[in-house]
Amino acid sequence: MSDLRELYQQVILDHNKNPRNFHEMPDATNRVDGYNPLCGDHYTIFLKLEDGTIRELSFTGSGCAISKASASVMSATLKGKSKEEAERLFDTFHGLVTGDSSGLSAAELGRLAAFSGVSEFPARVKCATLAWHTLKSALDGKDEKVSTE
Amino acid sequence: MTNATVSEVPSVLDPEPSARREVPSYDVERIRKDFPILARDVRGRRLVYLDNAATTQKPQAVIDRIIQYYTQENSNVHRGVHYLSELATIQYENARGTVQRFIHARDIKEVIFTRGTTESINLVAQSWGRANVGEGDEILITAIEHHSNIVPWQMLCAEKKATLRIAPVNDAGELIVEELVRMLHPRVKLVALNHASNALGTINPVKRIVAAAHANGSLVLIDGAQGVPHTTVDVQDLGCDFYAFSSHKVYGPTGVGVLYGREALLDEMPPWQGGGDMILSVSYEKTTYNALPYKFEAGTPNIEGVVAFAAALDYVKGLGLEAIAAHEHDLLLYATARLEEIQGLRIIGRAAEKAAVISFVLEGVHPHDIGTILDQEGVAIRTGHHCAQPLMMRFNVPATGRASFGLYNTRAEADALVGALHKVIEVFR
Repeated sequence: MSDLRELYQQVILDHNKNPRNFHEMPDATNRVDGYNPLCGDHYTIFLKLEDGTIRELSFTGSGCAISKASASVMSATLKGKSKEEAERLFDTFHGLVTGDSSGLSAAELGRLAAFSGVSEFPARVKCATLAWHTLKSALDGKDEKVSTE
Repeated sequence: MTNATVSEVPSVLDPEPSARREVPSYDVERIRKDFPILARDVRGRRLVYLDNAATTQKPQAVIDRIIQYYTQENSNVHRGVHYLSELATIQYENARGTVQRFIHARDIKEVIFTRGTTESINLVAQSWGRANVGEGDEILITAIEHHSNIVPWQMLCAEKKATLRIAPVNDAGELIVEELVRMLHPRVKLVALNHASNALGTINPVKRIVAAAHANGSLVLIDGAQGVPHTTVDVQDLGCDFYAFSSHKVYGPTGVGVLYGREALLDEMPPWQGGGDMILSVSYEKTTYNALPYKFEAGTPNIEGVVAFAAALDYVKGLGLEAIAAHEHDLLLYATARLEEIQGLRIIGRAAEKAAVISFVLEGVHPHDIGTILDQEGVAIRTGHHCAQPLMMRFNVPATGRASFGLYNTRAEADALVGALHKVIEVFR
């Protein structure tokens, strides 16, 4: 059970049950669909980018607890961040869930630290990173579908 | 329900409490000893393997057969005049005979070895389909097909400007046969449907559908990937034109499958892949194709896979197909009853005629999370869309959990599944 508790930390269960910023954004400047064909997880990320800063970030869609909580925590973490900061956090998060968290401080991680348990479950890394990959594509101004397969 | 073997066992809706009766004379504990992998631990727990619709585990007889082939018999088939080549050829062709008897084909020429069900279906779509389907024609499939019985027909229809039509299912996951029959009209060249659904377990009344389709002048291909492991298959009794299935779903190796086709049809069909073995003579001006079944077996086949596949069929025949079906049906009833005790669990697919496949969703928990937690308990199930995305849409679920039982599973393993699902609820509530 201990590995499971590491994976399904309270923050994740909470964000899964009550996702933050879980709505559409009619006046979004960028919008990208992300899809994991392996398990059917499917999210749409909405961005309001102004002068290289993320003013608003929301999402809709459905998927497992890990993917939904990840999208929710990401949306709460990145609001107000610059594009460069968001991209740095993408790398940080990616390192965390793939087990390469060397040199990451607790301050840098913040709420993202709740996803540290994912690295013990290689099959779930794609769940945790789906929203982030989709975001990255949205930041780059692409509007095609993102797939993690 | 297509044959006497299975229709003799009670249906899921049988009000009799037969779920509490063990089937006698089927010693599952002894049978489990034939499958070495079942003795291993995963994540510190004894493996509970309930993913048999994805692939089955292999008995020692199959594993030994592969070793014997490579230690005593290995050579290429249909080529050499030397001893080993003759031996390998004999073993390979004997395996064809084993398959012929297993599915009750009229002639050994009607058994073509392929890489699996998917390749068998693609062979029909590419060879028969391209020669016989034209603009305005229709291919009729059902709403409970998996991708390998959808996509090859989509590709064919796109190429030929033909139309793919889908016969609907009801809320229980049963094919609405009357609707399918209504959709039969002269432009329907082929009806392609599964014998049993991998996602929901539904067993289709294929014999009845073959009769209706033939009355309309349409051919019928049966995707038997889940049919062969769970029922007795008699292709002559069914009357189907093509029957496709895989070795690995019936306790044989991966990478081997069968296409059964009626000889007259196969004879008329053009070759699909070109290469060695499928030719009689080759010159740069003209190639003469080989006779059936070799016309459709280009290149060196999966020889060890084929001979070990025959060992798998001999093994299940030895246990008795009816005994296996009865045992699995007992597990289906028992596991269904146990799962129904779990609050918030909903079984998707309540067909009256079902193979031992149970698809389910658990309120508030995504199937992928269920799969991870069950795995920590040593319980292997499939979670996802089961390569049947349109079917998932039909039932308004993104995915399901699926427990599928095989000849070696036990009631205790159904109990382990239920126990692990309670752990899931514990984590999420």
